[in-house]
Amino acid sequence: MSAFPHRHLLGIEGLTPPEVTALLDRSESYVEQNRRADKKKSVLRGRTVINLFFEASTRTRTSFELAGKRLGGDVINMSVSTSAIRKGETVLDTAMTLNAMHPDVLVVRHPESGAVKLLSEKVNCCVINAGDGSHEHPTQALLDALTIRRRLGRLEGLEVAICGDIVHSRVARSNIHLLAIMGARVRLVAPHTLIPAEAERLGVEVFHDMHEGLKGCDIVMMLRLQTERMQGNFLPSIREYFHFFGLDYDKMANAKPEALIMHPGPMNRGVEIDSVVADDYSRSVIHEQVEMGVAVRMACLELLSANLVEAPQHNI
Amino acid sequence: MAFHIDPVAGRLAFTGARLLDPATGLDTIGDLLTDGEVIAGFGPGLFAEGVPEGAAVVDCAGLCLAPGLVDIRTQVREPGEEHKGTLASTGQAATAGGVTTMVCLPNTLPVIDDMSVVEFVARRARRVGLTKVYPYGAITQGLAGSKLAELGMLAEAGAVAFTDGVRAVADAQVMRQALNYARTFGLLLVEHPEEPSLAADGDMNAGEMATRLGLTGIPREAEVIMVERDLRLVELTGSRLHFGHISTGQSVDAIRRAKARGLPVTCDTAPPYFALNENAIGEYRTFAKLSPPLRSEADRLAIVEGLADGTIDAIASDHAPQDEDAKRLPFGQAAFGGVGLETLLPVSLELYHNGHLTLLEVLALLTHRPAHVFGLPAGRLAVGAAADLTLFDPDRAWQVREYELHSKSKNTPFDYRPVQGRVVLTVVDGRRVFALDP
Repeated sequence: MSAFPHRHLLGIEGLTPPEVTALLDRSESYVEQNRRADKKKSVLRGRTVINLFFEASTRTRTSFELAGKRLGGDVINMSVSTSAIRKGETVLDTAMTLNAMHPDVLVVRHPESGAVKLLSEKVNCCVINAGDGSHEHPTQALLDALTIRRRLGRLEGLEVAICGDIVHSRVARSNIHLLAIMGARVRLVAPHTLIPAEAERLGVEVFHDMHEGLKGCDIVMMLRLQTERMQGNFLPSIREYFHFFGLDYDKMANAKPEALIMHPGPMNRGVEIDSVVADDYSRSVIHEQVEMGVAVRMACLELLSANLVEAPQHNI
Repeated sequence: MAFHIDPVAGRLAFTGARLLDPATGLDTIGDLLTDGEVIAGFGPGLFAEGVPEGAAVVDCAGLCLAPGLVDIRTQVREPGEEHKGTLASTGQAATAGGVTTMVCLPNTLPVIDDMSVVEFVARRARRVGLTKVYPYGAITQGLAGSKLAELGMLAEAGAVAFTDGVRAVADAQVMRQALNYARTFGLLLVEHPEEPSLAADGDMNAGEMATRLGLTGIPREAEVIMVERDLRLVELTGSRLHFGHISTGQSVDAIRRAKARGLPVTCDTAPPYFALNENAIGEYRTFAKLSPPLRSEADRLAIVEGLADGTIDAIASDHAPQDEDAKRLPFGQAAFGGVGLETLLPVSLELYHNGHLTLLEVLALLTHRPAHVFGLPAGRLAVGAAADLTLFDPDRAWQVREYELHSKSKNTPFDYRPVQGRVVLTVVDGRRVFALDP
């Protein structure tokens, strides 16, 4: 029985604690390897990984590319937003075209929620969701969990505040699910306009005041605020947002003294986070998150493609 | 004005007054003492041992001494349209009307959608030193109805509630987001309930009168459609909402039902809507061109009923100064609005004189009930509370004449109306700021 008995990694919701633990344990083993001069392994030799990005991305795509290459796989990047879609091809047509080239893993990002799932139903290979709309971004949640686990030794029982644009955030949703699965307690902190409807039903506690919401927490997870949300439809202005919801030392003082600051990046300094807080390396683990990202993606690529060998090839 | 305003607060001994405190139901003959800016004591026989030394005696001779009136809907016109009204002229009109606290609309030039304007109004009002002024902030930037204003920072600067003034927030999604956002900080939004597309180009209430006069009608449905929409949005968002100056029976019904269902909604009306109907327009009297328009007699009666059964939470002056140039025009071109600070009490007292409400009920609508909705520290007689008081004769008869008003603009829809009840003395923070010429 495989440690991760799934063909795809489309989301965190529905995973079990042992499955998450297996992914994190495997990731852990790659952290040290990535710090060595010789980073290369060969578990993916002969395998083809295609990064299929329907939405602009730098860090996630680079992270997956590095992960694939360090495991010895052949990695190809496709930015579809600049090619086929412009010519009118549908998501499924693009997927089928690539499928015909027999990739082993497709890493897919798409601006529409559910698009990666749709695509996964039509291809023979494994699919890793690298972010679909406002739905899920599972590898981000895993790398966040790994960062926390390495720093604090556990996830269970921790108080985690996820702050900012929850309503549009796939990072928030994946983290909510993962932290709940692993027994952490999650609070969401944002103005009402940035909290999705019936958010409490996801098993979280909702706050609308940073000072209240950060009180006694172990982890402060900030989210990126998209510029288009700042123009008056969700929020009046950047300065008002920063004043009430931007993370600064004053608000941070409510958290536990040793609490960690996280951000999935890219950051808007002076919008959701004060520069000095972001750069405070005694608290901020933002760069560590990026480092863990590569390790987590290596583990995901390895565990999923390991299943492929056992899975019978079926043709569509 | 022969009267001199007290430069500083001393001690005032009101003797032989009919003390009225609608919040507690107090209605008794007694005395009241102010010390500095606060009420030091009140009740029957307070001065049994004699009036404290050094206190200025105000012999009330049985006149009513009540908390100063709280007006939640005033247009001051400063900054920007000082030819129509200023904080000083509006303050004089307010104190002459017994109003000691007023909340002023944000439709100034510039609009109160920035902290600096809130602070400007507060600073100017302090310098004028008459009625206390609390500003509304705008719901949307520039009152344009599309982008949220900085509600949180405006509230920190001192805005007590938020409204787009004489405009409704027309876009349902913008209103939804405004309610949602306001709930983040527990703020109160105030809607001008009028669907703008139905009111466009309208001059007066739609109906026989408009037909005969050949004026464009604004159907009463323009109001209830917006009320009903907003009630749904309140239900969706869980946020508080107050409807300003409701004028139709349909709105009263809708709000009554919403309150029965437990929705966090409140509303006010203004004297024209329970004391006048569309017939006041007569032969194109532009002083009777109001927004919302004067409605039918059936609507007027429904408003009275809403006041009597508690559905309507407050009476506001809806003071809207317009200069002569804005009113001396063909009806269709004339500006909307009427001044109301100085007629607020006497016209409201008609509800008492006509037997619809008790005196305390009328005062409640003008004092602690609006103060409660807006969270203002006003509208009660209490030891240690600010000495904001109005002394009035509930029975004194007089005739409203526009040229006798203290307001800079004279556009009252009540010109020539015989009324009963007159403010004799107004006290703000223990200072006498208005006294009626004997």
